[in-house]
Amino acid sequence: MLGYLVRRLISAVLVLALVSIAVFALFTYGPSDPAESMCPESHCTPARLDQIRNNLGLDRPFFDQYGEYMKGVVAGRNIDVGTDKPIECDFPCFGRSFKYNVNVWDYLKQRMPATFSVAIGGAVCFLVIGVALGVFAARRRGTLADKAIVGVSLVIHAIPYYLLALIAFLYLVNKLGFFPDSGYVPLTQNPAKWLYALLLPWLCLGLTYSTQYARFSRGSMIEALSDDYVRTARAKGLSQGKVVFRHALRVAIVPIVTIFGLDLAVLLAGTIFTEQIFGVQGLGLANLQAIQIGDLPIIEATVMIAAFFVVASNVVVDMLYSVLDPRVRLS
Amino acid sequence: MTSNSLIPDLAAGASATDEPFLVVDDLTVKFPTADGLVNAVTNLSYSVELGKTLGIVGESGSGKSVSSMAVLGLHDARTSRITGSIRVGGQDVVGLAESQMQKLRGNDVAMIFQDALAALHPYYKVGSQLAEAYLAHHPKASKRDAHRRAVEMLDRVGIPQPDMRAKDYPHQFSGGMRQRVMIAMSLINDPKLLIADEPTTALDVTVQAQILDLLQDLQREFNSAIIMITHDLGVVAEMADDVMVMYAGRAVEQGPAKEILVRPEMPYTWGLLSSIPEVDSDVDARLVPIPGNPPSLLNPPTGCPFHPRCPHVDKVPGNLCVTDLPELLPARSGADHLKRCHLVDPTAVYQSEVLPEIAPDLVEEN
Repeated sequence: MLGYLVRRLISAVLVLALVSIAVFALFTYGPSDPAESMCPESHCTPARLDQIRNNLGLDRPFFDQYGEYMKGVVAGRNIDVGTDKPIECDFPCFGRSFKYNVNVWDYLKQRMPATFSVAIGGAVCFLVIGVALGVFAARRRGTLADKAIVGVSLVIHAIPYYLLALIAFLYLVNKLGFFPDSGYVPLTQNPAKWLYALLLPWLCLGLTYSTQYARFSRGSMIEALSDDYVRTARAKGLSQGKVVFRHALRVAIVPIVTIFGLDLAVLLAGTIFTEQIFGVQGLGLANLQAIQIGDLPIIEATVMIAAFFVVASNVVVDMLYSVLDPRVRLS
Repeated sequence: MTSNSLIPDLAAGASATDEPFLVVDDLTVKFPTADGLVNAVTNLSYSVELGKTLGIVGESGSGKSVSSMAVLGLHDARTSRITGSIRVGGQDVVGLAESQMQKLRGNDVAMIFQDALAALHPYYKVGSQLAEAYLAHHPKASKRDAHRRAVEMLDRVGIPQPDMRAKDYPHQFSGGMRQRVMIAMSLINDPKLLIADEPTTALDVTVQAQILDLLQDLQREFNSAIIMITHDLGVVAEMADDVMVMYAGRAVEQGPAKEILVRPEMPYTWGLLSSIPEVDSDVDARLVPIPGNPPSLLNPPTGCPFHPRCPHVDKVPGNLCVTDLPELLPARSGADHLKRCHLVDPTAVYQSEVLPEIAPDLVEEN
């Protein structure tokens, strides 16, 4: 178990290292020149450009730059910006924003609570709604209720998320005023407003994603309900609730955990549409704005953070598997 | 006893009638499907007394399991139609409310399934699965009591180091041990009726014998009634007091085991007897299968359902086998031996045509 965990973590770190090289290469050899975008157009001379490149270290060999960058990520570093005093950039240092004149991590860090609030709340919504609907439909397989759930979930699934969220925002917030137009309110500042403001984003995420979970858990549950151990549970004289939840769902939930882990990881890395439509200043919006203005260090960092979440969620899901299914031996 | 049994305690004299513990009367089970109505069990009647064993024999799809699952009410009311009556300790369980059925299942009537690996929950320790069965019918018992009882039962069915093994998962047991766990779980509430659905089919022969011995021991100890569902007449010969042979959802021959095995009067039973491979026979001897396939229960054959496969149809005058379903009537040998066959003198046919094939050494004696 421990050996497996160690090996799994090492391979996760290797994957992240490869991703970081790829991302770094993409930005280094990519079409956009950061020096150009930082050079004021009115008095930008080749000499000035070279100086900016020199300040940013862009004229150094690729692996020098990469090594410097990664050193910052794992241990922090000082960034030389051409002035007398280098800027301190503590661990984890993802460099310095070209445009905002702040360290990338500091900039992103303050935006994380918003995205995490949206992502985790939304994920809880779609997991609970989706699995509940799936179990309900599976138990009533073939009935009108089952067909309605499957049909409606397909229809909702076919609507693009941004359209659904936009319509919800326009009608429920703008027109009817059921929900506030306050954007994100930090939990520490006012828990009630935090909840109130996030309710609609959660419901929109919940509705869209839950369709997939409803259909997936329905299938998984139908399979489990026809398994022999469920018949045994009934033959023991257990109540319907125990048979369905303690015996059938306990097995049916395992494959759902896998897709849930990945979905959550992707959401944690930024919920671009939600943040844009509901005015939540989170990671997704930071990424979007950085792309619009060509702020490479921020884009780089958001991509790396996204990769980290996906890889980490994979490790967690794998470990969880052995907890959920005792037949899985981690070795 | 703290068990909240649905059935009045028979020992207390609460049983108003003297009828056997389980009486199945004119049971019919149908499953409506998109292709039509499946007649899984038709007009089935049998009974089992406490301390006795009934063997139900037949091919796959003959209605053996379906009929006994009806006793536990395990068929979904939405997808099945059940008529007739099933009286357990005097109580008719057909159409009984789910909550009442729950009190009966695992408590008065318990079931052992064929494939213990699939039938036990893969994610729970066997000890807690046994304890769960106990707690379901002893709501006042503490978890500790239930666990102690679980270990006690594991010990009783011959699992070494039961307190250690209770902490293991089903996949950590061998096939035979797993079936013992299954038996322990079914007996944990002292059921009066045990339905064993091919309990030894997935096991090798020595383990099979151990499991059958165990069941017999436990039956003597608890005086429970057993229904042994099998397609193995060897198991029937060893275990059963009575036998019911089923074909296409109907009983085609039933009566005391000795009687049926020694003087069978129905060609299908003969076929089953002929198809038993013999250990001491010539290695070049071919197995004697029953020709053809089990009939469709969606469109059962007209007349006697066995007639398309029966080698003796021509011995019945007219076209009776094809046109008329034979009644289940007393055989020549006695009233408690019933058979469903048009043959006028089955004994003569058996003596002259079947017995020489399956047991030549017995022909002289008769």
